Amino acid sequence: MTELTTKYDVLVAGGGNAALCAAIAAARSGARVLVVEMASKFYRGGNTRHTRNIRCAHDAATATLSGPYPEEEFFSDLLQVTRGATDEALARHMIHESKAVLDWLPQQGVRFQPSLGGTLSLGRTNSFFLGGGRSMLNALYLTAEGLGVAIAYEAEVIDLAIDNGMFLSATVRRGGERHTVRAATFVAACGGFESNIEWLKQSWGAAADNFLIRGTPNNRGTVLKLLIERGVQETGDPTQCHAVAIDARAPKYDGGIITRLDCVVFGIVVNKNARRFYDEGEDIWPKRYAIWGRLVAQQPDQIAYIIFDATALTLFMPSLYPPIAATSIRELAGTLSLDPDALDKTVADFNAAVRPGTFDDTILDDCRTEGLEPPKSHWARRIETAPYYAYPVRPGITFTYLATRVNRQARMLMRDGRPSANMFAAGEIMAGNVLGRGYAAGIGMTIGSVFGRIAGTEAAKHARN
Amino acid sequence: MPATEKAGARPGSHASPLLAEADRLMTVCNSCRYCEGLCAVFPAMEMRRAFPDGDLNYLANLCHSCGACYVDCQFSPPHEFDVNVPRVLAQVRDDSYAAYAWPRALAPMFARNGLVVSIVAALSVAAFILGFVAWHDPRVLFGTHTGSGAFYLLMPHNAMALLFGAAFLYAIVALAMGVRAFWRDIGDPVRLAPGAWWQAMRDAASLRYLDGGGIGCYNHDERPNDRRAFYHHLTFYGFAFCFASTCVATLYHYLLAREAPYPWWDLPVVLGTLGGVGLIFGPLGLLIAKLRRDPVMVDARATGMEMAFIVMLFLTSLTGLALLLLRATPAMPLLLALHLGVVFALFITMPYGKFVHGIYRFAALLHYAKEHRAFMSKD
Repeated sequence: MTELTTKYDVLVAGGGNAALCAAIAAARSGARVLVVEMASKFYRGGNTRHTRNIRCAHDAATATLSGPYPEEEFFSDLLQVTRGATDEALARHMIHESKAVLDWLPQQGVRFQPSLGGTLSLGRTNSFFLGGGRSMLNALYLTAEGLGVAIAYEAEVIDLAIDNGMFLSATVRRGGERHTVRAATFVAACGGFESNIEWLKQSWGAAADNFLIRGTPNNRGTVLKLLIERGVQETGDPTQCHAVAIDARAPKYDGGIITRLDCVVFGIVVNKNARRFYDEGEDIWPKRYAIWGRLVAQQPDQIAYIIFDATALTLFMPSLYPPIAATSIRELAGTLSLDPDALDKTVADFNAAVRPGTFDDTILDDCRTEGLEPPKSHWARRIETAPYYAYPVRPGITFTYLATRVNRQARMLMRDGRPSANMFAAGEIMAGNVLGRGYAAGIGMTIGSVFGRIAGTEAAKHARN
Repeated sequence: MPATEKAGARPGSHASPLLAEADRLMTVCNSCRYCEGLCAVFPAMEMRRAFPDGDLNYLANLCHSCGACYVDCQFSPPHEFDVNVPRVLAQVRDDSYAAYAWPRALAPMFARNGLVVSIVAALSVAAFILGFVAWHDPRVLFGTHTGSGAFYLLMPHNAMALLFGAAFLYAIVALAMGVRAFWRDIGDPVRLAPGAWWQAMRDAASLRYLDGGGIGCYNHDERPNDRRAFYHHLTFYGFAFCFASTCVATLYHYLLAREAPYPWWDLPVVLGTLGGVGLIFGPLGLLIAKLRRDPVMVDARATGMEMAFIVMLFLTSLTGLALLLLRATPAMPLLLALHLGVVFALFITMPYGKFVHGIYRFAALLHYAKEHRAFMSKD
């Protein structure tokens, strides 16, 4: 079992992409590194387990990327998704450093492949991990172990001794025992607080009880809260989280990406009163999927149902759970415990409002409703071909935006603006610095790898001095 | 709305609970697709939205059991989705051998296969020894015989050729009938596709999909290595060399009227010796890898069958090499009986043991090459 009593140069809290990049970078700089991961060996890696790609700038096509993705384009994409809620200097620094990370990760054993089937739109910008996020983690762990990084599993940081911005020690709980772990520097890379339902309730009220958490149950925000309490400056909206609509039959935690449903644009979405509540065809799905978590969270009991018919069944990725099927709309309502009259009326009103058009799911087509509130602006086709299908959906929380403020060295800033002497942050716990709002595929991993690598290098440098 | 069944389960009928479980896993995997780049199974899966039994048997035989998808999967046990593709496909694959066996009455030979093969082997060896004794003076069994035609003092060449030819022919017919049933089940149109054949031959000969997507297969931990592929190559090419040796010797006998035993430098002996060495170290390496393999990825019911095949290959080579080394001594007649008995047992049990994996695997690779080409040209 990994020794916790010796004094290390660098203590890394967390076990995902950011933590491992920090640990490897620090070890490569000659530091003695301890990683404390709250999860068991199987569940190690937090939300990285569920990731599949990383967004890095690059000036030319590679074996796995179909074309260049200049820094400027990356930054403009970031501006678009965050609508300006980003620290520009830090974001530009991250994007610049992401270029080197594209070469650095394969040197740590990470393997890339061309974009997965059905994700061609990301083939130029995002590097996909061969075998997915857990494969990436396995490679990073093997590399870290090879470099002599000590890794303690099922070891949770429950307290931090910080004096005037200077990390002294951490209290780590492992197997019912408390250990005081001393290190010259501290890297916080242990995620946000999205799995902490009580904390989510502070902003969302009782509705949060009906949220499903897409990733690890371990992101309870303990370290984030401790750091803020001990004087670290916070940034990012403390009330917000990234939420998408996922299958309501998914487990409470760790259902991952496979519980997603990509069929909203092919049907209508009703709440438990069998009423529609938003334009399902507002824009192409990759641009709109992230608003549906919030939309469903605002419905009674935080539940909604995507309703479509036989003509749409094979237009989207096969789903994990089978759609609920029925031979009539009334029967479908009965199965879903909705009012049959109400659902029948909603579908009939929708069908009556659909104007003729040419259906094309690859563009913003001209199939729309007229005189309906809310409208369906594109891909509106009558729901009239049995069998009829439904997916129940709930809000699925991906991550939170509240973050510890950091500078270009990934060094935490204290509330008075001074940089901390020896504390660094990487990954989701500081994502809010560059990602104040919204999301773009693969950007969480960019934040983790880039700032993890910087944090590890800087921490090792500090420990040496 | 909690899930009442395991994630991925859908209504539908399957011939066995294992096939239903394979359907569930392919449904889970098809909604994920992270393993797409690891081997041929996942791209083949992506060409489908539903998984009838024939397709599942095809996917199961396409799987080389490299283990990468298990090690890489975020949903493998202890996750509640319980995704264990290598084991379930191994189980389905092993069941499929029995399902396609010809004649049907011999399908039970796959169950308790280790015992069956051992008995057949022992009986074969005993039959050859008794045969030699019955046809000759018992003393011939302990005499020293050298020079051209020495083996045929014990058993006339024509009798040997007839017996082994018949055993071999039977194996070929039984295997062909099995593949025919498989081919019908997976619904491959019977159509010559030279490009696909060439592709499948290259994929099979190089064990392309036993490499975890490029870094080697997984055996007993999360560190990949290529040892199983290496030992499989030794075994496969060792077998091929031995087979070639037999063919050359047969041609020598009938076309050139040159009778065994041949000198050590002659082609049949060189091929047989090289193949024999491969067939010593290959099966040994596979045996060790098998004993160390993480049991979570293994179909434990098939251990007997796998061991039986490995041991039979090993014994074939061991007795053959022993015969080569000791053929000028009084041990020769007994060793000849031993060798012939083992080879005979290997041949007649071929269609009902682990040997069939190579045949069905090749058929699956061929089907994949065909459908992959059709899919790519459609897009």
